[in-house]
Amino acid sequence: MQFDQILQYTLSGLSTGAIYALIGIGFSIIYNATGIINFAQGEFVMLGGLLTLSCLELLNLPLWAAIPCAVAVSTVVGILFERLAIRPLRHPTPINLVIITIGGSILIRGLAMLVWGKDTHAIPPFSGDNPIAIGGATILPQHLWILAITLIIIIINKIYFYHTISGKAMRACSYNRRAAGLVGIDVKRMVLFSFIISSAMGAIAGIIIAPLTMTAYDVGVMIGLKGFCAAIIGGMSSGISTVIGGLILGVLESLGAGLISSGYKDAIAFIILLLILFIRPQGLFGKADSERV
Amino acid sequence: MNVKVMSSVLAVVTMLFSATAFAAAPIKIGALFAVTGPAAFLGEPERNSAKMVIDEINKAGGVKGHKLELVTYDTTGDATKAVQLATKLIKDDKVVAIIGPSTTGETMAVIPVAEKEQIPLISCSAGSKITDPVKKWIFKTAQNDSLAVGRIYEYLQKTKQTSVSILTVSDGFGASGREQLKIQAAKYGITVVSDDTYGPKDTDMTAQLTKIRGSHSHAIICWGTNPGPAVIAKNMRQLGIKTPLFMSHGVSSKKFIELAGEAAEGIRLPSGKVVVADILPGSDKQKKSLMAFVKDYQKHYKAEGDHFGGHAWDAVMLIRNAVENGADTAAAIRDQLEKTRGFAGIGGSFNYSPQDHAGLGKDAFVLVEIKNKDWVIVK
Repeated sequence: MQFDQILQYTLSGLSTGAIYALIGIGFSIIYNATGIINFAQGEFVMLGGLLTLSCLELLNLPLWAAIPCAVAVSTVVGILFERLAIRPLRHPTPINLVIITIGGSILIRGLAMLVWGKDTHAIPPFSGDNPIAIGGATILPQHLWILAITLIIIIINKIYFYHTISGKAMRACSYNRRAAGLVGIDVKRMVLFSFIISSAMGAIAGIIIAPLTMTAYDVGVMIGLKGFCAAIIGGMSSGISTVIGGLILGVLESLGAGLISSGYKDAIAFIILLLILFIRPQGLFGKADSERV
Repeated sequence: MNVKVMSSVLAVVTMLFSATAFAAAPIKIGALFAVTGPAAFLGEPERNSAKMVIDEINKAGGVKGHKLELVTYDTTGDATKAVQLATKLIKDDKVVAIIGPSTTGETMAVIPVAEKEQIPLISCSAGSKITDPVKKWIFKTAQNDSLAVGRIYEYLQKTKQTSVSILTVSDGFGASGREQLKIQAAKYGITVVSDDTYGPKDTDMTAQLTKIRGSHSHAIICWGTNPGPAVIAKNMRQLGIKTPLFMSHGVSSKKFIELAGEAAEGIRLPSGKVVVADILPGSDKQKKSLMAFVKDYQKHYKAEGDHFGGHAWDAVMLIRNAVENGADTAAAIRDQLEKTRGFAGIGGSFNYSPQDHAGLGKDAFVLVEIKNKDWVIVK
C-alpha cells in the first residue's frame, strides 16, 4: 500500500513538474537573451487556456484548429508586450524591467478578467478521461499528453539552440550582448524572438494543462511563480537543467502534500526556492558566477 | 375672489400636496455586497436579486405608499472596506436598515458598527457565529453551515456509513465547515478517520485523495466552493475511488456540474430548495416563492437564480414585510423583524424571535443527488 501511494504521488508530481519545466524554460529563454525576469510569463499560460476556450466556444473550431489559433494570438500578445513595454525603455535597469513586467502581468490579468469574467471554465481533455493503471497508481491520458508534448518541445528547443543559426545567435547574446552585437547579430531582434518563443511555450503549457486544472483569469499567478522556482532550481538554463528542476519541484510538492501535510503544498515550493537562493543561487546544476580580476 | 380666500385656498392646496410628499418619503435600505473579488459568486447574484425585487416592489406602488430606495456598495469581499462602507451608509446615506455583507468575515467586522449605531443588519452569510450568541440588531438569512452538516450526518447515520474522511478548503468557509464536521460527528455516531485540507487555488488533489483512499472510510465529505470540489471529483474518477462523495452547499449550482462533467454523477449534497424548485411537491410551503424567484431572475438576468441570490431576496422581503406592518424607523423595523413568523422565503421558512435571529430550521436544506447532469431529491 505504501509503495502504491508513493508511486501515485510521484506520477502526479511528474506531470505537474513537466508544466513547471515548460514555464521555467520560458523564463530562462527571456533571461538569457535579455537579462530580464519576465514576471508576466504566467499570464501567457492563462491566455493559452482561455483563448482555446474562446476558439472552441465562440468560433466553434475543432480542437486541432483551436490550439494553433490560441498559440498564435498569445504570441502576438507577447510581441506587443515586448514592443510596447520592453523595447522603448531608455534606461533598462533591472528594477525598472522587473516593475514593468509585474505591471504588464497585472494589466493582462485585468483585461482577461474583463473579457472572460471571473468564472472558472472547463476544457475537454484531448483524448477522453478514462484512467490508465500503472502498477497500483493511475494517471489520465491527459498526463501522457503533457509528458509527450513537454518532451517534444525540449527536443525542438535543443535543436533550435544548438543547430540553427538564429538559435546560436540567441545563445551568443546570452553570453555577451556587446560582443554579439559587434559580430553582427541584431540583438534587438533576438530579444523579440525570445519573447515569441517564451509566450508560445507558455501558451502551449496552459493549453495542455487546462483540461486537468480548468482555467480562469487568475491561474497565471501561482503557476508563473512555481515555474520561476523551477527555473531558479535549474540555474536559469534553457535546457535539461530547468526540466530536471521542474520535475524535482513537482515531485517534492506532491510527496510533501501526501506524506507531510496537504495544507503546506504551496509552502513547500517556496521553501525550496528560498533554500536554493540562500545556499546555491546558481541553481543545482549551474556554475558559480566568477569574475576575473 | 378676494386675496384672503385665494391665499387660504393656496395654503390648503399646498398642505395637501405636502401631505402627499410626506407619504412618499422613500425608505432607504443600504446594501453591502462583495460584487467583485473572490466572493463575487455570492455578491453578484445577491445584488442582482436585491435590485430585482426592489424594482418590482416599487413598480407595484411601493409599500404603504413608501417607495424603497436601495443604496448598494461593493465591498470586494474585504472586511475593512465593509466597515468603512457600513459607516458611510449609516452616516451619509442615512439608511434605516442594511442588507449583507456577503461573507462571514465581513459580517463579523461590521457587527460592532451596526450595534453601536442601532441600525438593523440582515446578513447574507452563513457563519453560525453571526447570530450565536444573539445580538439585538443583527439577523441573517443564509442557512447555518451547522444545518448543512447535520443533514449529511443524518443521512449517513441512517444508511450506517459511519466512518468519514473530510477534505476541506483552507479559507473561512472551509474552516467553519471543518469545525462543524468535527463537533457534530459524535452526536450522530460518526467517526472522522481522516482530516485533510487543500488551498482554494490548488489544481491537483490526488495526493490528499491517495491518502484518503488508504484510510478505507465509508464516505468522503468535501467542503469548499468552486473550482476545488470540481477538481476533487475529477481526481477521484481518475484514481478510480468508488467511495460515496458528499459535498457542501457551496457547490449547489449548475456551474459545479458543468465544471466536473461526468465526475459529478452520484455526488450528494445538502442544498437550498431553489435548485430543485420545479420538482418539489406542490404541498411545499416555499414552492410559490421559489418558482416566482426562479422565473423572475431568469427573465431579468437571463441566468439561473441560485440560492445565494435567494439570501438577498429574503432580506429585502423581510424588510418589506416589516414596513408593511407599519415600521419606518430603524428601531421599529428591528422590532417587526423579530416578530416575523412563518415567512416562506427562498432559504426556508423564517421564524425569528428574541432568542433566535437566524430563523431557519432543518427544512432549509434538502439532500440532493446529481443524476444525468441534473438534481434529484434524495429521500
